[in-house]
Amino acid sequence: MATTADDFAPGAGAHAGHGGDHDHDHADHKPGFFARWFMSTNHKDIGSLYLMFAIVAGIIGGAISGIMRVELAEPGIQYLQWWAQFMGGANDINTALHMWNVFITAHGLIMVFFMVMPAMIGGFGNWFVPLMIGAPDMAFPRMNNVSFWLTVAGFFSLLFSLFVPGGSGPGAGVGWTVYAPLSTTGSPGPAVDFAIFSLHLAGAGSILGATNFITTIFNMRAPGMTLHKMPLFVWSVLVTAFLLLLALPVLAAAITMLLTDRNFGTTFFDPAGGGDPVLYQHLFWFFGHPEVYIMILPGFGMISQIVATFSRKPVFGYLGMAYAMVAIGVVGFIVWAHHMYTVGLDVNTKMYFTAATMVIAVPTGVKIFSWIATMWGGSLEFKSPMVWSLGFIFLFTVGGVTGVVLANGGIDDNLHDTYYVVAHFHYVLSMGAVFSMFAGFYYWFPKMSGRMHSELLSHIHFWTFFVGVNVIFFPQHFLGMQGMPRRYPDYAEAYTFWHEISTYGYYIMAGSMIFFFVNIAYALLAGKKAEGNPWGEGATTLEWTLPSPPPYHQFETLPVIEDHHDYHDHRPATA
Amino acid sequence: MASAPLHDDTARKNLRTGILAMLGALAMLGMGYAAVPLYDLFCRVTGFGGTTQVASEADANRAASIGLGREISIRFDASMARDVPWEFAPTQSTDTVRIGQRDMATYTARNLSDEPITGTATFNVEPAQAGAYFNKIQCFCFTEQTLAPGQEVTMPVLYYVDPAILEDDVIADVEQITLSYTFHRAKEPVSSALDRSQ
Repeated sequence: MATTADDFAPGAGAHAGHGGDHDHDHADHKPGFFARWFMSTNHKDIGSLYLMFAIVAGIIGGAISGIMRVELAEPGIQYLQWWAQFMGGANDINTALHMWNVFITAHGLIMVFFMVMPAMIGGFGNWFVPLMIGAPDMAFPRMNNVSFWLTVAGFFSLLFSLFVPGGSGPGAGVGWTVYAPLSTTGSPGPAVDFAIFSLHLAGAGSILGATNFITTIFNMRAPGMTLHKMPLFVWSVLVTAFLLLLALPVLAAAITMLLTDRNFGTTFFDPAGGGDPVLYQHLFWFFGHPEVYIMILPGFGMISQIVATFSRKPVFGYLGMAYAMVAIGVVGFIVWAHHMYTVGLDVNTKMYFTAATMVIAVPTGVKIFSWIATMWGGSLEFKSPMVWSLGFIFLFTVGGVTGVVLANGGIDDNLHDTYYVVAHFHYVLSMGAVFSMFAGFYYWFPKMSGRMHSELLSHIHFWTFFVGVNVIFFPQHFLGMQGMPRRYPDYAEAYTFWHEISTYGYYIMAGSMIFFFVNIAYALLAGKKAEGNPWGEGATTLEWTLPSPPPYHQFETLPVIEDHHDYHDHRPATA
Repeated sequence: MASAPLHDDTARKNLRTGILAMLGALAMLGMGYAAVPLYDLFCRVTGFGGTTQVASEADANRAASIGLGREISIRFDASMARDVPWEFAPTQSTDTVRIGQRDMATYTARNLSDEPITGTATFNVEPAQAGAYFNKIQCFCFTEQTLAPGQEVTMPVLYYVDPAILEDDVIADVEQITLSYTFHRAKEPVSSALDRSQ
């Protein structure tokens, strides 16, 4: 058959040991359990693996944020010493405070590298990029498998770091930014080495994944599917893949320098040997700023598909939407020092980075207004994916507005490293990125599983989650403006009121996740069978022309995008 | 199965695109490392972050011949890394010089420990924009300093402020420049650090 994974693998040796897939024409023949899930080369199975992995990582990362919110509910140190002992550390206050640093580090790294990125790019990207462009699979199916397992290995390396010495106690307590000199001379013990190695593994996996997406999107589109006819989700993954490819190697260089500074006596970031710790910050944020767009751009793509589907209208300003993402990606590389306003940049440098940062509000505004214009005059249907999308548009805009505030170098002198910043980036990530992922999940779950989830449970999940996260994070703006610094487990009593409210918000959010898991369980056990296209007239991209779930190998005969098809409707005329 | 030739073609195209993408990633990895010398060069050339300039006697004479400008105050600052058991201080807390005029300031350092210690000083000026105009002709910070137990030394800095500072709108009206030094323990060469760790 023409479309098995192996046929795309370069080199003759590729066929050895993987013969089960050959010499038959049945599109739905699947290998045995172990071969299917551990040696998978099927983009849909790998996508499912990524999604399951992201859910597990999200539970762990979310539980860690719960530990932190409970500790922060009142001033003083309540539970950290217990946690320090639980993790095998000493029963003293320094170890307890170190545990705090370990928690913020683990929460940040897990959520960024092992929850959002695997779900958005690995999960939805793998599942739907080939389906949407009419390709039988990814360009390099075996490399796809390597990407996934590198990510898993990275996750284990990070988890392992929690149990080995990292300075004042077990675990790496350096923040997700891993700034020198805290991460070099400030953290003896192997924990930070394992955390850095974890980033190497996850980064390598992502670079391979990015290569795969770029190749797939450039070379494997169905006949007639020109770049300007591609669904916006595919555009978003394409831009994201380029960001990954250009940003992650810089992180790899920076953290490799950290490793050699720590273990082999180099002085890249040590002034005693002619180095400069600020250089690490420049390198980190040259990666770190594109990274925040890596986490949100695929979300933009999903929201565009969903809003168009449930408005039963083509997305407004398709080319503007596509090139707005390209613009965000390009400008994202030249604004990095707005994370570093307080390192001692001179006024001119701050002026440049302030202006450049504000420019990003333009393409982002194009997207927000185009989503609204897509809905304008549309035949709106408030199905679960749509309400999550509307939540996304509203809350991401709130986070964008505080972003414009923080972009000002002068104002940032005051707000840097306060809870205002924490509130800002959680509005764009834990509400922006996470809402778009839930939107995408409810949008594509019937397609992936072949079962319908409960609209009622999805709506309850949405409303409780919406209330919960806002109660967590909105008060953090007030805390930050009153001067509450980030990354502290204790605070002056004056901050108690809003901290307590914020912790109540966490309980609401955690409770709302029950509805999510019950909903999945319900759908898988008792959900109605999903039709090929459960969303009706508005769902016009290629994945909806296939049954739900799609056959194990799809598009043996490539679909053809005819001249009369535009960027919106890719369905064959007979459908 | 319909189009086997097309199929081989796709595989070849994929390989080419994939290799190009990986080369792009490798190039960015190289850029990451290239950033180290480039950042250093950038700071030295532009005075970014208050990096001072190195000048020769001839440069200093040329600057002085332009004619001396108004008076400016230079403040001297000294500090040490935590693990350097030295006393380190400027002999004078400020000097008033005319812009373009050559001046010598001194710092004293004394080793309080009972072992010889080699230190190396990092330096910059504040405000950072003055870095491009603050020229050192001679400085103890250009080399490593080894102090025997109890030894005290007086170390000179020979400097002048470039008259071009008066042409720079951003910094022309500054009245005081702070020159700051921090002593670190000189880092052992990589080879001996490796020996020690084995």
